[in-house]
Amino acid sequence: MEIVLNGQRRQVSEDSNLSALLTQLAARPEMVTVELNGRILDRSEIADAPLKPGDQVKILHFMGGGR
Amino acid sequence: MPLELTTAQLAAILEHCRREAPLEACGILAGRDARVSRVHPLTNADRSRTSYLIEPREQLRVMGEIWDRQEELLAIFHSHPASPAYPSSRDVELAFYPDSRYIIVSLRDPGPEIRCFLIREGVITEEPLEIIE
Ligand SMILES: [Zn+2]
Repeated sequence: MEIVLNGQRRQVSEDSNLSALLTQLAARPEMVTVELNGRILDRSEIADAPLKPGDQVKILHFMGGGR
Repeated sequence: MPLELTTAQLAAILEHCRREAPLEACGILAGRDARVSRVHPLTNADRSRTSYLIEPREQLRVMGEIWDRQEELLAIFHSHPASPAYPSSRDVELAFYPDSRYIIVSLRDPGPEIRCFLIREGVITEEPLEIIE
């Protein structure tokens, strides 16, 4: 099925979910912000959030640092 | 390719950093082909003198605009209110954007110091900045 990830169309398997997608992207779940169809997900929601065709997903690593 | 900034864009970055001091300030530079078209001063969600985190909602909004306009994330900037313009160990640890430059503005001395770096797999390399009219 097709979703939109960070503004670009992307094919993912039918049974894909957000945590599988994060693994594919080599993203560290504790270091990213995830938005699904316009809503930012809590860390606890990410683990078993399913994906459906046409979902708009944004996954962004934090932009931060320190002295 | 050196990152090209206009004097007005540079002034906007410095103004944001000075306004937020003594807290660290942060933001995003967008554009194409190393030529900055937009400066986005953003909120430091940490509200800290020694760290920054670009507020995630603002980050999502700005990155969405960049994708819509088919621009690129050219640089992430932040200030060091009281330390030199060089990436800290935490700056390196949290450098998740190997294709973006990292600009650091030090306000430690009266004449601000502005330097630009690439941070890839823990390795810091300084990059030229070109200020144009
Ligand atoms: Zn820093």
